Amino acid sequence: MSNHLRRALKDEWNITIIDQRTEHHYQPGYLFVPFGVYEPEDIVKPIEKFIPDGVNLKLGAIDKIYPDKDKVVMVSGEEFNYDILIVATGTDIAPEETEGMMGPHWHKDVFDFYTLEGAAALAKKFKDWEGGKLVVNIAEMPIKCPVAPLEFTFLADAFFEQKGMRDKVEIVFATPMSGAFTKPKATEKLDYLLKEKNIEIIPDFNLMSVDGEAKTITDYAGKEVSYDILVTVPTNKGSALMERSGIGDELNYIPTDRATLQTKVKENIFAIGDATNIPASKAGSVAHFEGEVLLENVLNYINGVKLKEGFDGHANCFIETGHGKALLIDFNYTHEPVTGSFPFPGVGPLTLLKESRMNHMGKMAFKWIYWNMLITGRHLPFVTTKMQEAGKNFD
Amino acid sequence: MEKTIANKTIEVSDEVYLLNFSDWNKELGEGIAQEEGITMTDDHWKVIDYIQHQYKNDVPLTIRKIGKSGVVDIKGFYSLFPEGPLKKASRISGIPKPVSCI
Repeated sequence: MSNHLRRALKDEWNITIIDQRTEHHYQPGYLFVPFGVYEPEDIVKPIEKFIPDGVNLKLGAIDKIYPDKDKVVMVSGEEFNYDILIVATGTDIAPEETEGMMGPHWHKDVFDFYTLEGAAALAKKFKDWEGGKLVVNIAEMPIKCPVAPLEFTFLADAFFEQKGMRDKVEIVFATPMSGAFTKPKATEKLDYLLKEKNIEIIPDFNLMSVDGEAKTITDYAGKEVSYDILVTVPTNKGSALMERSGIGDELNYIPTDRATLQTKVKENIFAIGDATNIPASKAGSVAHFEGEVLLENVLNYINGVKLKEGFDGHANCFIETGHGKALLIDFNYTHEPVTGSFPFPGVGPLTLLKESRMNHMGKMAFKWIYWNMLITGRHLPFVTTKMQEAGKNFD
Repeated sequence: MEKTIANKTIEVSDEVYLLNFSDWNKELGEGIAQEEGITMTDDHWKVIDYIQHQYKNDVPLTIRKIGKSGVVDIKGFYSLFPEGPLKKASRISGIPKPVSCI
């Protein structure tokens, strides 16, 4: 965003990024760490590397945002006044929200893979695990990258097969959704893949508690599932900064207009990515597509022009299915993922909602695209901000 | 598509959620509940009132939000509307399918 803004705004505009971390993580890479595909050093780079010329970087944590006073106050006490504030604080796991999830078993038998620590601990566990029951679970929706847990089960299936021990590993996917994914057509296809890979799905499982001693999870309806290894995606929450500032919803997401990306807190506060409460996927592609709309609306706001209702909820996600193949899905607020070709209608080379090697290559190439293009605010070749309807097989 | 519930013919989605909230009345809610195998009590209606109130104010609903509403806790919500409580309660309330699944 700051790359976009620095190019678009005159020098009289001062741009400051406030970040509490000194490192930037390639989060889509976490998924591959447990299976030894990526090492932690492949997916971490110093943040300074990506700050464009003419943009200030302030490292440190923010204590509070004061919308009425147009200022943010750091934990250190330092204050920053602003004309425009863009909130991009993302979302994080909150394992403490589920009774019993944290404890001596955390990162021993109960793992997350949404943090580098969790993913790396799991890699270590898998290395000399002799088999048993692996339960993959989503605590509650919404979560960041909603396809990742499913990809995890597919990759685990392939991983243990390659190790020659698939017959010793039972894989179970316990999800609060009524099927493999949130959208009906994709669910149909993905349910079939789960069956093919001999992965048991337990739908409508809303996690209430974890018993680390007995190694069981229980849902609100009283269903109990035992595990040897539990890989869970804990409740996701926005930054506690929203709660401290009194501007978040019950999950600390900031109420935001789904089409303009202006927050409902105040007209000079905008939000992008996972920090918002808009009904789009919490996926990196969404943040990328939002960037363009947000830039336009920040400029509209500065120029006193009506904001454009430009964001359509566009998301584009690769789904790794293991064995060097992947699916691709492309959808928005109104259209669910369907089959077809992408990005060129009728040509591809990528196939929508259908496994192919080309899709997998696309996913692996994405790490390069991310570090070299996305993060610097450059356009993805041939991919439009608004979802294209051509080349898709709608009913 | 069209469907007749409690002697009233109404427009519903493929997943049988009312398309027009204005079609809703208590008898219809009762009829949908019956299809879900639920016998409505005062406690059920309190939750339905809350959901409809939130819907009218454009507040997106989640199980967590209902659990924090003060009307019912999550466990109670499950025992009133077993299995898919948010889906069932939304259908009975006559509101569209909740968008918390994305």
